Parts: sequence; C-alpha cells; structure tokens
Amino acid sequence: MKKKILMSGNEAMGEAAIAAGCRFYAGYPITPQNELTAYMAQELPRRGGIFIQSESELAAINMVFGASASGVRSMTSSSSPGISLKQEGISYISGAQLPAVIINVMRAGPGLGNIWPAQSDYFQATKGGGHGDYRLIVLAPASVQESYDLTMLAFSLSDRYRIASMILSDGLLGQMMEPLELCDPDRPVEKIDKPWALTGASGRKPNIVQSLYIRLGDVEKHNLALQKNYRRIASKEVRFEGKFLDDAKLVVVAYGSMSRIAGAVVEELRKQGKKIGLFRPVTLWPFPTEELEELSKKVKKFLAIEMSYGQMVEDVRLAVGKGVKVDFYGRSGGGVPTEKQIEREILKALNSKR
Amino acid sequence: MAKTYKRPESLYDVATHYCAGCGHGILHRIVAEVIDELAVREKTIAVAPVGCAVIAYDYWKFDCAESAHGRALAVATAIKRVGPDKVVFTYQGDGDLAAIGTAETIHAANRGENLTVIFVNNAVYGMTGGQMAPTTLLSQKTATTPLGRDAKLAGYPLRISEMLALLDGVYSAERTSLSNPKEVLNTKRAIKQAFENQIQNKGFSIVEVLSMCPTYWDKTPQESVRWIEEVMSQYFKLGKLK
Repeated sequence: MKKKILMSGNEAMGEAAIAAGCRFYAGYPITPQNELTAYMAQELPRRGGIFIQSESELAAINMVFGASASGVRSMTSSSSPGISLKQEGISYISGAQLPAVIINVMRAGPGLGNIWPAQSDYFQATKGGGHGDYRLIVLAPASVQESYDLTMLAFSLSDRYRIASMILSDGLLGQMMEPLELCDPDRPVEKIDKPWALTGASGRKPNIVQSLYIRLGDVEKHNLALQKNYRRIASKEVRFEGKFLDDAKLVVVAYGSMSRIAGAVVEELRKQGKKIGLFRPVTLWPFPTEELEELSKKVKKFLAIEMSYGQMVEDVRLAVGKGVKVDFYGRSGGGVPTEKQIEREILKALNSKR
Repeated sequence: MAKTYKRPESLYDVATHYCAGCGHGILHRIVAEVIDELAVREKTIAVAPVGCAVIAYDYWKFDCAESAHGRALAVATAIKRVGPDKVVFTYQGDGDLAAIGTAETIHAANRGENLTVIFVNNAVYGMTGGQMAPTTLLSQKTATTPLGRDAKLAGYPLRISEMLALLDGVYSAERTSLSNPKEVLNTKRAIKQAFENQIQNKGFSIVEVLSMCPTYWDKTPQESVRWIEEVMSQYFKLGKLK
C-alpha cells in the first residue's frame, strides 16, 4: 500500500535511492545535503546496502565507480564544491560507461561561496564538468515528490543506457519538507542485466572495466559509440512541463525550485488576465530543444529566470527560432528571486516593444 | 617426463610491453601463479593503476577494473564491500599509491578493508618518462631532479609501508624485492600470504616490492638488481613490517 509522509527533499532522494535498489552509497559531509548522507547511514545498512563515509569526494565517487563496476546500483551526493571534486571520477565513470547516480544539492559559488541555494552549476552539469566528450542525464526536480520520483527514474535510466545521471537539486529543495507519497514497498525492483559487470570470470571470459584505449583510433571509435548512445537518449528521454502555453504571449522558462516561485507568479498574473505561460525543463540534458523551438513558432517572447547569472538561458536562446526575444532575470550567491521581482521582470518583458 | 614449469592459467600467452629488465613481468607472473595455486581465478577482481601496469588486464586472465590515478584503493574498497566473497587486489606503483593516492591508501588501510595490495616500488615514474617519485632516493637523478633528489627541495623518500604498519586497521605489511631468485621466491611467499589473509578475512595486507626500472635508472638490468641490493634496500629495508 502506498504511504504518505512528511519528508525533506534531501531525505526523499535517499529514500528513493533505496527503493530503487541502490545498495551502495559513499559520501562526504557538505552542507546543504548532510541530511541525505545521514539518512543513508541510518537506512542503507539495515536494508541490505553498504554505506561508507569516505575520506574525500574523490574517494566517494571512485567508490561508486567500483560498486557500479560490480553491477550494483550505487549513488553519491554532495553540494557544489564537492561536485567539482567529483568531476574526475564522473569523467572516468562516463568513459567506462558505468551507471551511477550523483546528486548535487546546489549552493552558491564560485569557490566556497556559501551554503544558500543556487542554480549556478547548470553549465557544469549539462556541458560536462570533467574532461572529455561525455554527457550526463541531468534531472531537475521542483518538489520533494519529484526529488523522490526523479531519483528513482535516474537509477532506471542509468542502468538502461549505461550512463551517469545527475539530480540537480538545490539548498531550497533539499531542505524543505513537503508531503511525499512513497511507492509501494512490495513492488518488485527493476532488474537490468549487466553482463559487463565484474563478478568474477566464472564460465566466461574476463570482463574489463576501462576507459583507456591505447591504440590509435580506438578512443575515437569508443567516442563514436558514446555519441550514438547520447543521441538515442536525446531522442527518447526529453521531459518537460508546460502550463498555459496555448495562448501565451510570453513564456517564462525556469527549472527546479525557481520554477515553483515563477510558477506561482505566472498563475497570479493569469488570474489578472495576462497571457503568460510557464515552460519547465525537467531534463536539463537532454534539453527540450525541439519543444521550445516548436513553441517559439507562435510565442515571440521568452523570459528565462534562474538562480544564476545566465546559464540555462543559453540553451533557451539556442533553441528558439530567429526573431524571438529571450530576456533573462537571475540572482545568484544565495539570493532567491522574489515573487515581486519576478512579476516586475515578467511585466517588463511582456510590455517591451519587441 | 613431468612438466614442472608451465604458464599459469591466470596469465595470457602474450608478450608484455614492459622494457628489458623491468620487474613487472616477474611480478605479474607471481600474482598469476598465486591466484592459480589458491584456485580463486574465477572470483578474482584486480584493480589496475595508472602507470606502466595500467594494461595489466592484457596479461591477467581474470576480471579487472582500471582506476583513476591514485584511486585504486577507493575502487577496490567498494568492489570488495559489495562482493565480500570475491578476491580483490590492487596493483599500484609508487606514484599511484604513495603520492597522488596517499589519502585513498591511508584511509583504506585505516578502515581495515579486507584487501590485498601489491605495491611496486621502483623509485621512479616509469610511464611518463622517469620523473621523481615519492620513493626516489636522495641524490637519485630523474627527469625532474636532474641534479639528484635534494631533501631541501623535494623532501625525503617516503617509507609509506612503515607508516601503514602503524595503523590499527592494517593486518600485515611486508617489503620484499625482485633482485635475485631467492628474493623472487620470497616475494611470491609474501604475496601468497597476503592473499590468504584476505581469504581468511584477516584484513588489509600490503606487500611492497622493490622492483627494477633499468630504463629510467639509466642502468643495465644487471646494474639495476645490484642497485636494489646495495643502495635501495639500504633505505627501504626488506622484511616483515607488521
């Protein structure tokens, strides 16, 4: 039977991971995601999994590499500065085509920044924070329920496509509590065959998990195979949500917790008869490029709102057709755009000459 | 006539890429012989380092993971934790284990991970062209210590096995060498013991093996084995550390 409880976003992601069959977690303390690590420390061992508090972020992501190479669903979590440290391992995981789930509860940067919410790791998450030509599936929840649902989805997608997935949460979503409907505890956990996993070469040839291809030409071949996989994902796994798009004169584009605040303003303005719509990318990679392009055939004004100084807006500008105006409003460094500021920016964009 | 010396099942019948006089070939074979003798090939998972031995999986016939430079013990920790019935070992050079991977090494040892660590100390970075390693001896010339290692500028050769032996999490630590047949056999004994320790759930076991790198020592293979015996093993004393 489904159960409804009150939970923080951070804990919801931990619970989702365990429900999705995650049996290995390694993490290192960093605010504002510590509740997730503590949740895993408490819950994972008694539900048949391994929890390790690692000596560093580097060790944590490389432990995930090892567990995943063994065929076990594995996860690590951190917040922005810690995610920077994990980039080496993320690149190796990508090169070795290992599934893995990485959670980034974003805080303000650059550097140590502060512990307040931000969305300034969009570039790092979607354009490749580590070296090499690779992609991550990047999912952006906008509620505690979605933090749970998308974490479960991330494990499934990662296994199916042999790719690392990142949940791009933030300090706001991670810390806030909302009602959460848990999935049926008796439902069977999805099982995906992993003939490539390191389980001991018993009755088969040895398996090798590698990202080194030393002969000239082999890395290029390997990269072409990765790119093919990325194209397959891009064609099948785009997710987004649209609201009031049918007759909108201006569409606000926002993701994650920013879309919650912007969405409330859009609804309020709709009540006043203003024709504003909301477009919310759920997958940041693959980005809903075609959907925005299609939308821009009838909507000529867009406003991207982010807790950054303009990162996702670049993808919006690449998506929309010529002659379409894309405005931007953002705050970052711990400052969250208020409803008042958002309303002002929407009206400014709506009333601008072009 | 009975065949008394044959290729181990755990070793592919291929030529290695190692330089003339290099110790890796001997050590690969020792590992393969031990895995065969313990009859654990089908449940062995090796973690290869970044360094000359990165493609050890081209020679060993069992499952193997590459790892990022220095991270072998983090990778191995997880492989063993999720598969406690597996036989998991890392094979790491001095740069990997004692420089870029120092934190992973010390913390895996301190957690008492039930792993076998084969630490190849040849006092130099081989793959990248003979730069100073953490274990490079004082006054030893390398690509990055052209006048010889000067303690004032580059510190001292790191006796990391002695450091590890101090940790409560470490079950056994031993230093051997490949400089003569007797020492090769002794190395095999130590490595076999280190694997048996793991199979018996005793905990973290490390065998540091002093190994030749004639190419970057600028010596002949004969001069290299003599250098281990006369110089290197004076600083890195052979024997059981714990």
